[in-house]
Amino acid sequence: MSLRSPLGRVAGLGSAKDGTAHWWAQRVSAVALIPLTLWFMFSLLALPALDYATVRAWLAFPLSGFLAVLLVAVLTYHSYLGTIEIVEDYVPSAGMKIFTLLVLRFLYVLVGGASIFAILRVAFGS
Amino acid sequence: MAEFSLPANSKVRKDGRIFKAPAGAKNVRVFKIYRFDPDSGGNPRLDTYEVDMDACGPMVLDALIKIKNEVDSTLTFRRSCREGICGSCAMNIDGKNGLACVSACADVKHDIKIYPLPHLPVIKDLIPDLTNFYAQYASIKPWLQTRTAAPPDRERLQSKEDQEKVDRPSACILCACCSTGCPSYWWNSDRYLGPAALLAAYRWIVDSRDEAAGERLDYLEDPFRLYRCHTIMNCTEACPKDLNPAKAIGEIKQMMAHRRL
Repeated sequence: MSLRSPLGRVAGLGSAKDGTAHWWAQRVSAVALIPLTLWFMFSLLALPALDYATVRAWLAFPLSGFLAVLLVAVLTYHSYLGTIEIVEDYVPSAGMKIFTLLVLRFLYVLVGGASIFAILRVAFGS
Repeated sequence: MAEFSLPANSKVRKDGRIFKAPAGAKNVRVFKIYRFDPDSGGNPRLDTYEVDMDACGPMVLDALIKIKNEVDSTLTFRRSCREGICGSCAMNIDGKNGLACVSACADVKHDIKIYPLPHLPVIKDLIPDLTNFYAQYASIKPWLQTRTAAPPDRERLQSKEDQEKVDRPSACILCACCSTGCPSYWWNSDRYLGPAALLAAYRWIVDSRDEAAGERLDYLEDPFRLYRCHTIMNCTEACPKDLNPAKAIGEIKQMMAHRRL
């Protein structure tokens, strides 16, 4: 049992003076995803066929490859921002929270990095 | 993980008591009311009360008072003004937080289920422990803070337009319907301030006479205190005074962005 006052408990360790950058980044990446997603959808629909050779030729076109990398990067970042928010919501214990956030961070870098590497490989056709 | 099911000692027992309506009653409504007695140490249960509405006022609070006076005096709940201005009789009625005194029984079409406000420690029956809620309100310093001395011969002046900015947020009665209706508050009420305290903070931030907006924003700028709000908007839906805490919180977030852009 703690004899700390209710106000003392609410004050806790004080304000982290943080959160606004995260909030802003989530909105900026959301706005950036609108044109990127539209471009991606319409580009795929505009392709004559969806076989490997056609898509590969499309990605090899500099602007397509560049925008595809951008889309994956922004999408991964936006998804990362949203997912850590969920962890902060539902995982109250400090140890478990740090562990989950660490795993998530590694996972997102891994998935994002691998996706971008795959696009570059297809685009530059090694 | 967050608690998605009730702890074992909070699970509601099925064997609640049943109080029948008096013989000859024509207009009977069924009230199922959450009962918890800390002294008996048992799990909470749902008691059933049949009330003759021809001999009862129209509001849920009328029925509660009738039950306490005439049927079961052990039923415990807070009430005071019976006109929606004190905020004492906030409870969960038919799955929605509201004030019993301004909730009409006729608006509920089936059995009227009444629980205490969600996700707070229960002291007895319909009375939750609001200690943390009040401490959160106190923590945002809900009073005028200035460095400029007040004029010696009159009060601090405020234009009509500026008064209108604080007019609605000032109408909050701290009934806790909004905060206890917010899922973010359920999971993180130890660190998230909740819509009621944030609406109060907003009321002082936008007050043209207050000179501590910066310090107030500093206090709120925290991933948990403010940013646990995910614009779920249950707060605005629940508010019996038709206030809009969700919009106030949104505006606080905008101010946070404004002062760094």
